This record gives sequence, structure tokens and C-alpha cells, in this order.
Amino acid sequence: MSTVTGYKVIGTRPVRHDGADKVTGRALYGADYAAAGLVHGSILRSPHAHAKIVKIDTSKAAKVPGVLAIVTAADLPESGDRMVDVGEGPQPLSHIRGNILALDKVLYKGHAVAAVAAASVHVAEEAAQLIEVEYEPLEAVLSAPAAMKPGAPILHGDTNVALHVQHVKGDVEAGFAEADVIVQREFTTSTVHQGYIEPQNGTAFWSSDGRVSVWTSTQGSFVVRDVMAAVLDVPVSQIKVTPMEIGGGFGGKIPVYLEPVAALLSKKCGRPVKLVMSRKDVFEATGPTPGSFMRVKIGAKKDGTITAGLAYLANEAGAFPGGMVSAGAMCVFAAYDIENGKIDGYDVMVNKPSTAAYRAPGAPNAAFAVESLIDELAEKLGMDPIELRLKNAAKEGTRRVDGPKFRRIGLVEVLEAMKAHPHYNTPLGGPNRGRGVAVGFWFNIGLESSCSISVNSDGKMALIEGSTDIGGSRTSIAMQAAEVLGIPVADINPSVVDTDSIGFTNVTGGSRTTFATGWAAYEAALDVVRQLKERAAKIWSVDLAEVTFDAGVLKSSAGTMTIAEIAPKLNGTGGPVVGRATVNPKGAGGSFAGDIVDVEVDPETGKTTILRFTAVQDVGKAIHPSYVEGQLQGGSVQGIGWALNEEYFMREDGTMMNSSFLDYRMPTILDLPMIDTVLVEVPNPGHPYGVRGVGEANIVPPLGAIANAVSHAIGVRMTSLPMNPPAVWKAISTK
Amino acid sequence: MAGKVHVQTTINGQPAEFLCEPRQSLLEVLRDVLGLTGTKEGCNDGNCGACTVMLDGRIVNSCLVFGVEVEGKSITTIEGIAKDGELHPLQQSFLKNAALQCGICTPGFIMAAKSLLDQEPHPTEERIRFYLANNLCRCTGYDKIVRAIQEVC
Amino acid sequence: MKSFDYESPKTVAAAVALLATPGKTVHALAGGTDLIVQLRGGRREADLVVDIKAIPELNQLSYDAGTGLTLGAAVACCRVYEDASLKRLYPGLVDAVSLIGGTQIQSRASVGGNLANAAPSADAVPALIALGATCVIAGPNGERNVPVEEFCVAPGKNQLQAGELLVALKFPAPAPHSGSSYLRFIPRNEMDIAVVGAGVCVVLDGDTFASARIALASVAPTPLFVPAAGAALVGKPVSDAAIAEAAQTAAAAAKPISDMRGTAEYRTHLCGVLVKRALNEAVKRAKEAN
Repeated sequence: MSTVTGYKVIGTRPVRHDGADKVTGRALYGADYAAAGLVHGSILRSPHAHAKIVKIDTSKAAKVPGVLAIVTAADLPESGDRMVDVGEGPQPLSHIRGNILALDKVLYKGHAVAAVAAASVHVAEEAAQLIEVEYEPLEAVLSAPAAMKPGAPILHGDTNVALHVQHVKGDVEAGFAEADVIVQREFTTSTVHQGYIEPQNGTAFWSSDGRVSVWTSTQGSFVVRDVMAAVLDVPVSQIKVTPMEIGGGFGGKIPVYLEPVAALLSKKCGRPVKLVMSRKDVFEATGPTPGSFMRVKIGAKKDGTITAGLAYLANEAGAFPGGMVSAGAMCVFAAYDIENGKIDGYDVMVNKPSTAAYRAPGAPNAAFAVESLIDELAEKLGMDPIELRLKNAAKEGTRRVDGPKFRRIGLVEVLEAMKAHPHYNTPLGGPNRGRGVAVGFWFNIGLESSCSISVNSDGKMALIEGSTDIGGSRTSIAMQAAEVLGIPVADINPSVVDTDSIGFTNVTGGSRTTFATGWAAYEAALDVVRQLKERAAKIWSVDLAEVTFDAGVLKSSAGTMTIAEIAPKLNGTGGPVVGRATVNPKGAGGSFAGDIVDVEVDPETGKTTILRFTAVQDVGKAIHPSYVEGQLQGGSVQGIGWALNEEYFMREDGTMMNSSFLDYRMPTILDLPMIDTVLVEVPNPGHPYGVRGVGEANIVPPLGAIANAVSHAIGVRMTSLPMNPPAVWKAISTK
Repeated sequence: MAGKVHVQTTINGQPAEFLCEPRQSLLEVLRDVLGLTGTKEGCNDGNCGACTVMLDGRIVNSCLVFGVEVEGKSITTIEGIAKDGELHPLQQSFLKNAALQCGICTPGFIMAAKSLLDQEPHPTEERIRFYLANNLCRCTGYDKIVRAIQEVC
Repeated sequence: MKSFDYESPKTVAAAVALLATPGKTVHALAGGTDLIVQLRGGRREADLVVDIKAIPELNQLSYDAGTGLTLGAAVACCRVYEDASLKRLYPGLVDAVSLIGGTQIQSRASVGGNLANAAPSADAVPALIALGATCVIAGPNGERNVPVEEFCVAPGKNQLQAGELLVALKFPAPAPHSGSSYLRFIPRNEMDIAVVGAGVCVVLDGDTFASARIALASVAPTPLFVPAAGAALVGKPVSDAAIAEAAQTAAAAAKPISDMRGTAEYRTHLCGVLVKRALNEAVKRAKEAN
């Protein structure tokens, strides 16, 4: 598939279609949903990190005036167990159900146990607190190493190790034997949260004819539908999910938490029930990303050639399996052409909330370890850190340690852009300062998308698709259709619609939306063109073969017609024209990202200030450059928070002590400089416009880049995140 | 225990009145009682600024004001910023400069930025960042938000 | 949040009567930026909330060179830092009120409330102590005055009895050649609770310290006044050595705990750093003042 240059729409920066609504407060997010008869729910959550549920007594709660319904796990149908696709992979139904409402055991503090619906959210909250639950507390385990020890408290079955994945390439022992320099360290990262500003929400209405309607802020309406169908034992076609606008997700709004509970409450009281999480519940009862323990060893020859890489990755999966270590294992050495590699990855269950995807899940942890060691190698070899990476950089045809060969990728271009950037060539200029670089990889996915385009009588189009829009994607999707149709993107009106109105569309995640749903829009637009050509041939009474279409104009020996000219004729010449397409593209192109960061550390307090940050990424083709830049900036800043201050501060009993934005310290606007971006475009040959997913790769390098910068600034290698002021000061003062 | 209190106030230049329990925050009143859902809840404890409104000319976190406290006062919400269907220059600049991704923090930022520019028409970058430190954004990394505000200065 | 009644009295006497309501848990509401969070989170409960913002004495903000500054307990931080003369006269106080939370918090939070909430980490209190402020308290038995350093008795607890109301804070007029400063350490640049805070006020006699008051936040169950640290400076020439000694004396008096905001060891170390930096700033201001 060739990529075309000289685009008219692609690469421009139009105002997004939903923009006016979003800057005026008119856009409706999930918690904004209102309906006649709407009532509110409140969830009772476990105070214990690990305990058996002995008995639940709801009688006191039921007596509270205004209470309309109460549910527990006993109200969930016992529909056995099977695998359910929850977007980006299958999970056992018993796990999904068990996380939504605990049945026999609670597995983390905050695990949902019961729920109440009442006309006032305050009454629902008060009533929920009157539900009496008898627990038999069990010992809790809170870290992967501890959970893997013999004798550790077990969450499910007979081991806490949910998954062991191993990749072997070549012979690592031989590889290390060849090496002149070997570096090896242990690294730890803490549990961190995606930190979306909008808490989870969902409204459900179970009508007397058995249909369930849902309004929710989600990254995947069809996943919500599928999960609810499985959990509630209701046919998929009886559930309609209407996606509201969504206030951030980053992977954390792919799992389903509230909607089935709201539906159960609605079934009992016959009213629409809205559930909205508090910020505390978001921290304690959704899906943060795994904390991890890693041991990595890399060997290289004097000339910088890496000869072997060995990685041991243990990720905390939380209360249920799924700690993203598979993805971490795919990405850990992805940037390097290594002949000999061995990777062992473990997903380990612990008594913390069940982890969910957070922007390139598993990869930032692994890259923190590897990029730190590459930095140390560069120091030991006396090589420039970018040169060392260039020397070993993965290219088209390189075989990753986990098996696949890269198609066309842009790592070398990213590294060259970093090397040439003015940032890299400006002196640091001061004491207590350090510069760090790092790179990272994310593979990106394809998966299913659908799109439909209707031609209106004025020649403008309505485009409907099912990818919930977290960052301007409805516009970048419309831009790809506009490019095909040769019309301005403002002449296409994109909408994100419900699960009855469009074909199956997988989650907004995995950096797939602009790639796959954009492709569906591209194909739907081609379908429109095909139909318009057929209609023009009919109108002109010419052979179809002689009708051409270019830049929005149909032409034949009989004359020309713009889309605006043929549009009013459509109904009278055979009927409306609606283009449609469904795709499941396989050609997702991986994205490499790289950062250069300068820091200054106050040696008396250990506080790190980010002086300058440059984020570089191979974006394939930037459909809307402003929103692509925004992805690089957003992921970089999440990485800054993860590196410097964010962590779940856990008490020994499994209580998160800092479940608020006060003490879960995400970067504020005052903590940052401008984030400069460089969009490197190495088009993905697997997409008509060369699109690579861009949303995730940018969170992979910041942890390593900042760790390298801080380590240089203070002269001590930092191997544990976050590098908060007390940790940095401790490193300085014990140096 | 008393029931609901009748409150009379001014919202976006228009007289408004409502009934609320004393424990209901101004945020809850705006969203659930008056249907003005443009003001958002992010944390309900004053740390994210998504609920920012102007109260007697000053920006406040409406989650930390009770509905009963606004008797006789004047409130401006995001719904009152565009005038007669025309977006305020800040709103236009946010759109032009792609200063929003998911948009949930945007109403709060626009309220706070407008408050700053109303008092100081030409703030430095440092001053913009200091003034807006109570407004969290998780999507943009703040870069384009600062630039959007600077463009209107 | 538990249901409560709400009253908005217009006089001190009416407020005192409401606060003294027998058999009910009553809380005074100023800015609400602490109380509302606590009521919502279940840390405090109320049967009755008494809004004190409509009482004139609690909103006064007046200065005269003879009696000094009277700061009503409900006056919001923003009114303090917007007053150019206060920045000149009591810069340490302005430092503190500019740091509490962020702009939206500062529109509502009051200095009196920051003190009455009695958190060991309260940002305003070290500055109040350093500036020698006094609490004016009204109650069923009349009015009484208490130095700020005695007002907080335990974490989250002040010495107000049933029916008592903090009405105002009084500050002596600043002595000639005096300067004050408040610095705190937080991991980010704003919006955090102080890991350690240091409020200082120095009076210079030429190039010598005539007197100094030093107080600390977040290193003891209550904000901590360290008279010994200030006393260590009296009569000493302004120098790095004298300042370092005072900083060490302050650090030695600190009894911090380890919690998620910092270890005891780290906090003790920070005391020394912050007192040193705050003293340097206060000296600079004292020299610039006339």
C-alpha cells in the first residue's frame, strides 16, 4: 500500500467538531446524564484488604426512608464461567463478576460488596453505611516478591503467580561471556494511577420489557455491552450502551465497574439508577497500573555492541490476574537488536485493586530498568548515550527477543532527531544539574472498527462511528474521510454513537483509534465515492468505467459535478447514498519515542525541578498535528509524575493512605516547563495514510530519561520510583 | 433537623432560586438541582479545580461552598462566559490551540484563566502557572493551555 | 455527609449563643476549605454549622501604627495578600497566605480558620507566632486573649471551649528594622501540605540581631514555637554562622513523626534548611525596611 503525499486535509489543524460544546460546558459527560425518575446509588466497600465474607445483613439499610433497592453479589446470576473479551483480550467471567461485587472474599480494601439506590445520593450513602457485613479478616500480601514467597497468603487457587511468560533468543550465557562490560541492577516501581480527572460513572435502566439501557463514560461501549451481557446473563442485543463524553481514560476506563451494579439496582426498583465514584473510590477501587520489581542485566563489547540481555520482571496484578507483564516482556528489549536475550515475566496477585491498562501498560516499568542500564553502560564505555543506542538500534527486519520481526519502524530517525536537537546541543549550565535520555516502544493494535457516512442533500456528510473520543479523535477520523472525498473536514459532521447505531467497534485504547477507526472512515468514504460514481454514470447515462472522481469532483465526457451538485439529485435518482465499512486491520505500526530531559536537584532538599523536556516520537503520519503533539505532551507529563512523586502509599494492612489528589501528587501546571515536541514521520506502510498509533509510546521513555538525569545530577544511580525528595535526599546524603 | 432551605441568588447575571439541604454543596446544587452541568466534579475536596466558578468576582472551588452560603451573592459559571452565542476569546483560543483533549478540566481552566486575565491582562508565564496551580489537567501536560492563554494576553 | 442545620448569625453574641447550644455538635464555618472536606470525609460531624462570615468583627482588616494589625478571623487569604501595605509590614504573613492551597482555596480560606483547624502543618501559624500575634476569643464568659503559640493543643484540636469563638488576630506594629518570612517545603510547587514549614521574624540593630522569633510547622503535634532558636540570635552579628546555629537549635527542638509526607529524619534535616533560608530572607527584608 503506498502512502500519498501532498494532502489537503491531513496534516492541517482544524478546530475539533465537539470543540464549542466542550469549551462552553454544553458537552454531556456521564455524570451529567439526567432523565425522568433518575435515582442515585451508593456502593458499600470492604474495609479489609483480604477477608472472607461471612454474612451480609441489609435489613437496617432497607428500613431507611427513601431507599428503593439494595443489591449484593447474591443478585448476580450464577451463569458459570467462560472467557469474555473485555477489549484488548479475554478474561474469565468469574473474575469480572468477582471484581464488580465480591461474593465469598474481599481481595482489596475498597472491593465492592453491596449497593443501595435512593432518590437522594446522600440517603443512598447513609443507607449503604448501615449495611452490616461480617468479615473474617485474612492476612494480606502487598508486593510481588512477598506474594511469590512460599507461605504467602494466597488470593485464588493455590498460587499468586497468575502468569509466567518467557522469551528466549539465542544463548544469553554465551552472550554475557562475550561481553567486556556487564551492568546489572534491581529496580522497583510503585503502584500509580492513570489519574483521569473524571471519576467513573454509569447510569442504567432495566425496563419492564427486559431491555437494559446504559449511559456511561467509557473507552469501549461495545465492551460494556458484552461484559454486562455476560455478567447479567442477558442477550447482547437487549443491551444498548450510549457513550457519553469521557473525561480521560488512559486505559483505566476499559474495565467495567459500575454499570452492572446500576442495572441490578434498576431491575429491582424500576428506575434509572446513576452511580458515580468518589475520588477515593477511583483510587481504591478501579485499576491502577502494576507496581513492579525487576532485575535486568545487559552485557556489551567495548565497542558498544550489546551481546546479551536478561530480564526478570515481576508485576503486581492486584486482586485478579492481569498485570500487563506480557506487554512489558514484549517491549523490554524492543529498542535493541540483541542476539541473545532471555525474558521471564510474572504477573503476581496481591491484595491491591485489580490493575488495569495505563498507557502502554507494562512497558514504562520495563523501560525504566533497561534505559537506566543502557545509560550506565554508556558511562562505563565512555560513549555518548544516544550513540550507544544508535549502534544497537532496532530496525526493519530486526527480530525482537519475543519473536516478531519489525516491519518499517522509525527508531533510528527518532534517535537522529534527538541527537540533532538544539536541546541536546545546549550546555546544561549550572551545578546540581543533569541531563538524561531514553527511548521506548509500544506495539499498537488494530482490532475492529465500523463507520458509516451519509451524504446529505447539501453535499455535506454525517459520519457515525463507535470510538469514544478522549482526545479529538472524531475529528482526526473525519479528516481521513474528508481527504478521500476532497471536501473540507468542516463539511463532515462526526458523531460517536450507541451500540445499536453502528457496527461493533473495539475500545478506544491501544493507540488504535486514529489508525483503525480512521481506516474504517477511509473505507466508508471510498464506498461513498464508489456509489457516487455509479449514480453519476446513471445520471449522465455514461459507462461507469469513464466516470472519474478527484478532489471532490465527478467527471465524464458528459460534464462535471461536485459532490454539492450531485447531492440534491440523489433521492430522485435511486435513493440516498450511505457509505459503510468495517475493518480489522493487521498492519498496526509500532511507535518509538525518545526523551531528552534536563533537571536540577536541590541538594539540601532532594527536590527535582524539570528544567527542559523534549519529547520525540515516530508518529507515522500526523493526521492532526496539534492533537498528536498533545499526546506526546500528555504522556510525557504522566511520566514525569510517575518518576518523581506519584505512588500508592500503602499501610501494612493494605490501606491506601493517600487516596486523594492532595497526597497523590500529580504534576500541577506550576511544576512543569513547556514540553517541546518533535513529530518524526516514518509512515506506517500498513495504513493508507501511514498512521501509527501515537497515544501510548510517549509514556514509555520518561521514567528512564528522568532517572538518568537525576542520577547524573546527584552522582548516584536511582533505581526506585518515585524519586521523591526524601528518596533523592537520602541517596545524596548516604553517597 | 430542618428540611430544605430556600436560597435566592444571581447566576450568570440572572436571578435564580433553589431549595437545598444545608449539606449540599454549591457544585451539587448547580449540577443536580439547577441542571447547570458545565461545572464538573473531579475530586470533591478542592484539589483539582474542575468545579471552579466565580463567586462575587473571585474563583472558588464550588465543591467547598455550601449552596446555602450563596444567598444574595453573584455566581458566574462556564455557561455564562460566552455572550449572546459568541465564544469568549479564551474559549476561541483554547480551541484554536488544541488546549483540551478530553475537555473535563476545560470549564474550570477557562473560569480560572478568565479571572486571571480580568485582573492582570498581561501575566508572565510564571504568573499564569502560579495562578492556575489549583486546576489539574491529566491529558495535555498544560503546555497548550499556557500557550492558549498567552495568545489572548 | 451527615445532615445538619445551618445558621448565619450577624453578631458575635448570637454566634456565641449558637456555638454554646447544649447537646449538639456545633462547628463554626468560615472559608469551609477544611471543615467541608472533614464533614464530607467523616472526620468531623456537625448537628449545627454556624456561618460566621456575616459578623462584622470577623471581617475587619485594619492597621494603625499605634496598635498594629487587627485581622478578623474570617478574613480570606486573598484579602491579605491583595493588600500592598500588609506585604510591606508583615511579609511573612503574606508569604504564608499566598501558599495555602491554590487561588481558589485562597479566595475562601481564612487565616483564623487555618489556625482554628489546628493542623500541625497549618501554613499560617508559624508566621502568626513569629509575628507575635494574639488570639482574641469571645465566649459565654466574655472576651479573652491568648498568644497564638498556646492556641493549638493537639493535632486538630484548639483550646476553644464550648461556645467560644475566635474573633480576630492582633499583631503588634512591626518594629523598625524588622523583617519576617515564611517558607515551607513541599514535594510539588503548590497544593501540598507542608512537609516542614518555618516562620521567622527578626529585628536588627545595625548589623546585629536584636531579637528573633522562630516557629515551625509539621514537626510536632502542634505548630511549634522555638524560643531557644530565636534567643540564640540575640546580640549576635548577622552571619552565616549565627544563622546556622539558630537553624540547628530549631531542628533540635523538632519532634516530627514519620508519615507519608516525610520521615522524621528528613523533616528534622529540612527544619535546619528552611530556618536558614527563612532567616536569610527575613534579614534581607529587615535591611530593606525602614
